[in-house]
Amino acid sequence: MKLITAVVKPHKLDDVRAALETFGVTGMTVTEASGYGRQKGHTEVYRGAEYEVDLVPKVRLEVVVEDGDSADVVDVIVKAAQTGKIGDGKVWVTPVDTIVRVRTGELDGDAL
Amino acid sequence: MEGMTLMEINAGDTAWVLASAALVMLMTPGLAFFYGGMVRMKSVLNMMMMSFITIAVVTVMWVLVGYSLTFAGDTGHVIGDFSEVGLKGLMATDSVSGSTPTLAFVAFQLMFAIITPALISGAIADRAKFRGWIAFVVGWTLLVYFPVAHSVWFLQDGNGGWIGDKLKAVDFAGGTAVHLNAGAAALALAIVLGKRVGWKKDPMRPHSLPLVLLGAGLLWFGWFGFNAGSALSAGTTAAVTFVNTQAATATAVIGWLIVERIVHGKATTLGLASGAVAGLVAITPSCGAVSPIGALILGLAAGAICCFAVSLKYKLGFDDSLDVVGVHFVGGLFGSLAIGLLGTAAAPSAVNGLFYGGGFTQLGKQALANLVVGLYSFTVAFILGKVIDKTIGFRVTEDDEVTGVDQVEHAETAYDFLGASGLRGALSARPAPAETENGTTTEPAEKEGVKA
Repeated sequence: MKLITAVVKPHKLDDVRAALETFGVTGMTVTEASGYGRQKGHTEVYRGAEYEVDLVPKVRLEVVVEDGDSADVVDVIVKAAQTGKIGDGKVWVTPVDTIVRVRTGELDGDAL
Repeated sequence: MEGMTLMEINAGDTAWVLASAALVMLMTPGLAFFYGGMVRMKSVLNMMMMSFITIAVVTVMWVLVGYSLTFAGDTGHVIGDFSEVGLKGLMATDSVSGSTPTLAFVAFQLMFAIITPALISGAIADRAKFRGWIAFVVGWTLLVYFPVAHSVWFLQDGNGGWIGDKLKAVDFAGGTAVHLNAGAAALALAIVLGKRVGWKKDPMRPHSLPLVLLGAGLLWFGWFGFNAGSALSAGTTAAVTFVNTQAATATAVIGWLIVERIVHGKATTLGLASGAVAGLVAITPSCGAVSPIGALILGLAAGAICCFAVSLKYKLGFDDSLDVVGVHFVGGLFGSLAIGLLGTAAAPSAVNGLFYGGGFTQLGKQALANLVVGLYSFTVAFILGKVIDKTIGFRVTEDDEVTGVDQVEHAETAYDFLGASGLRGALSARPAPAETENGTTTEPAEKEGVKA
């Protein structure tokens, strides 16, 4: 199994979620995040005092899938989240050892 | 002869003065929101507390000795006397001030005595000990506000307070007595307490601009009581000062935003709120002295000047956190001097400024009054601040400041965001364990929100 983590623009979350649902992904975890990559922050001015706001708001979306689906799911996310402008985010994949469904104790594939 | 100089009580005047007192009262909570929104999340409660506690402390002082020291009799043209301590004798039906019961005037003037020290608190955001602030309010109000207000507003046929009655500098509603006075003290306290940890390095963005705008709106509303109420009657003077107040505030907003747009690239909400307050400050001394067109000009200039003035602290290196100097000192001084320029004898205060053929006479009087009050307020505030700092302490420790004055000084937090996400109890706050007699603690029988 793979853990797919995507950091995307907040306003693309709905598109990504819809695309994943259509693909057949049944659940995900979403958290508000902030950070920066090539897209730097912005400047704010308060009574003439300028502040560099380095961290840009993003959402972080996590999905665990079977090994075989991993490449397709990454593809779905990238397509849905892409605007072509700087700051679209990143997607990365990490291996997962074990998954347990808390309610039933089911393991791994059954727990997805 | 008794009753010879007394006027009849006028119901309309009394109603307006009492309503104005309530309007001015609302300005101090408004100030609490205005200031509270501008500080960081960890010190909003302390910021608002500094305004609210001033209402309580100064009210007690005013009833006991403040009114008497400010408006009962005259001692050396700088202060009153003790003849009306405890508001003695003022309940009598023949106790009249102008055309209102004396107690209506007492209530109205009390609200000025409250907001003036409260204004100073903006200079020492994020870092003041609560008890240090209370000590300062008591000392400064007694040593500075009462004598200055007496000097400006106690009139007795040319033999009252030296500024208003002898020098005849004009200060209709408190540009000198309130705003420049508070601004000078604010500069002193910013220097005594020193810069906040991380000043100019860490971001100190306002935590809630909607609160700032709410506060600015309440101040603007209450200010009609402050200025038009200072007519102390419900007639032409009140109407003129009402319109002038609105006119100057409108152009001050525009003036601030224009400068901001040119210098910094964007018109901001904080700029709008600040411009409004700068305009209100500047028209305070002058609302009875200028024409409505004069008020438009005065406001525009005040907004622009104060917008430049708030950047001075970075060049001069003092951490006047919420720009009490840039807005109240500079705005009050400018509004007061502007009487010497834009004053017209056709207005209620009846003085001609430079642009109306009055020469430099009035300008000189305005300058002298502000110079003396500014120096006096700064000096006393500086010494008083130092004394408080060396005795009971005025500034929290660096650790406490970094943690936040709300937690350290008041054992509270303004916002419970974890509670909003359903994590209350688990991550946010639990009931503190009750202490038992032998000093050990026991867990409370029930956790908050959990029924046994």
